Amino acid sequence: MNNSEIISVKDLTKKFPMGMGEFTALNGINLEFSKGEFSGVVGPSGSGKTTLLNIIGLLDNPSDGDAIIMGSSSRDLSVRGAALLRRKHMGFIFQTYNLLTVYTVFENAEFPLLLLRMTVGERKKAVLEALEWVGLTDKIKSKPAQLSGGECQRVAIARAMVKRPEIVLADEPTANLDADNSHHILRTMEKLNHELKTTFIFATHDDKVISYLRRKITLIDGKVSRDEIVKQ
Amino acid sequence: MLAFKLALKNLIGAGLRTWLNVFVLSLALFMIVFQSGIIEGWNRQAKADMIDWEVGGGEYWHELYDPYDPLTLNDGHAVLPTEISQLCMDGQAVPVLVTQASVYPEGRMRNILLKGIDQSQNIIKMQTADLKNDSSTINAMIGTRMANATKLKTNDLVTVRWRDANGTFDATEIRIAGIFHTNVPSIDNNQIWVSLDNLQRMTGMDDQATYIILKQGITSTPTVPGWIYKGYDILFKELDTIIKAKGVGGIVVYIILLSLALLAVFDTQVLSIFRREKEIGTYVALGMTRWQVVWLFTIEGAMHSILSVIAAAVWGTPILYMVAKKGFGMPKGIEGYGLTIAEKIFPYYAAGTIITMTLIILITTTIVSFIPSRKIAGMKPTEALRGKVQ
Repeated sequence: MNNSEIISVKDLTKKFPMGMGEFTALNGINLEFSKGEFSGVVGPSGSGKTTLLNIIGLLDNPSDGDAIIMGSSSRDLSVRGAALLRRKHMGFIFQTYNLLTVYTVFENAEFPLLLLRMTVGERKKAVLEALEWVGLTDKIKSKPAQLSGGECQRVAIARAMVKRPEIVLADEPTANLDADNSHHILRTMEKLNHELKTTFIFATHDDKVISYLRRKITLIDGKVSRDEIVKQ
Repeated sequence: MLAFKLALKNLIGAGLRTWLNVFVLSLALFMIVFQSGIIEGWNRQAKADMIDWEVGGGEYWHELYDPYDPLTLNDGHAVLPTEISQLCMDGQAVPVLVTQASVYPEGRMRNILLKGIDQSQNIIKMQTADLKNDSSTINAMIGTRMANATKLKTNDLVTVRWRDANGTFDATEIRIAGIFHTNVPSIDNNQIWVSLDNLQRMTGMDDQATYIILKQGITSTPTVPGWIYKGYDILFKELDTIIKAKGVGGIVVYIILLSLALLAVFDTQVLSIFRREKEIGTYVALGMTRWQVVWLFTIEGAMHSILSVIAAAVWGTPILYMVAKKGFGMPKGIEGYGLTIAEKIFPYYAAGTIITMTLIILITTTIVSFIPSRKIAGMKPTEALRGKVQ
């Protein structure tokens, strides 16, 4: 693992029980991700994209092999240790936004900072900055139900970025958005990647997302079929 | 602190669901406090009435007298000793003579206790002045229960038969000079009161008494040979047994009320965990440990009880205060069901009961919130994020 390498996946296999047998979602994956990458795992449905992202995000365990995240092996990390690593160093963006419905835009973006026990002043400054990145400073008091899909996803981006994590994992972030909104949030994420050197890893089969990626990893039937740099 | 803050936000955000639970819990708390207040008020009133109407500040019983054994009435009487006579003359005590007798209202025989009491006494509340004779007929008083049972009315004449000190039967007509109403049935049921000198003359037991009622507040109760002092511990023994039995019944009602309210909280928690799986997955993805999420949900459930205590205090206190001031009217004719109760009960809310009940509600709500919340610890975050019921 070199200095800029932030994630390393070695011989990763993930099997799920299915009926009397097993389904192999990932089969001997080997990948490395460096700091500041803007990469995506692409492939058809059922190819193992989300499973790979879940293991990198320490939300799931590999059946075999290992995922080393910022120097910590997924095999050695306890459930609590994984939670702490996510809390400090990772942000998540989901297809269905997963915003906390009873919280306002400000409170949703503030949530990760509450877990980090930051002071009120620090939190306010960071949240307003994050909402400025995504262009939602005028909606801080709105609840998710009052927002459009694109706005909800921008709140999710602000929530993922507010603590300036090293890694952001985005699972089909544009699947519920129209073209304009998709391009808008992708441009936002691209800009944040440039400015903050955050590593972005997408799981997607959306061409709009793929067109923004600098590295494209194609998964087919749980195996890496192609790993290419598409943009410098 | 964070968990409390988040839990409160989630609860308020849940809107009607929260307030329904809070209302049900506050209703249970109110009903428990109200019911225990009524029972405590009833108990205190019963003791106060018993003191006012029957036992005063304690009693001296003839050593052979046993109110539960009528046969002891034959020998359980004697001439008052000097110490007690002096108390009676000073208005500090009143003697009562008791004998068995029969009355014949409307031609039917009824066994009764004939009691003689000094008509000028002011030790107990009974208006014994009505016993003063204004003709040759003996004046008597009865309680409303006895009047209802015998259909006797004021100024009715009724034949009464008794045995004198020598065991000889004698009979006469007495006039019902007054009917008194009391909440104490033990001086009413099957009893006829006449003046002490009349009964002493009728039975040939001059200057004799069966027991002596002391004035309230009397502190000196010297040992008197042949007479036994009975304090409140003995005189209230029967009432205390009834109170204890009522207490057990009350606990059963508390348990039922509390169980219904807790069931609502439990259901809400179970439903929350199923409905909010995605939210649980999001919490975990954002970096909360699973036990932090369990704790958050447990506090959410437990906070229902905190809010319910506040709600019960807000809407319940004025009602409880008003009932304590104005009294709680009991239905007419309740005595017919065998319940000894005043027409109005003034509830007494003991601080200890309120604090205990509040703590019980807080603890039990926390437990019933924790039980379903434990399930979260076993959830797979990936499945939870998809909102897939596990």
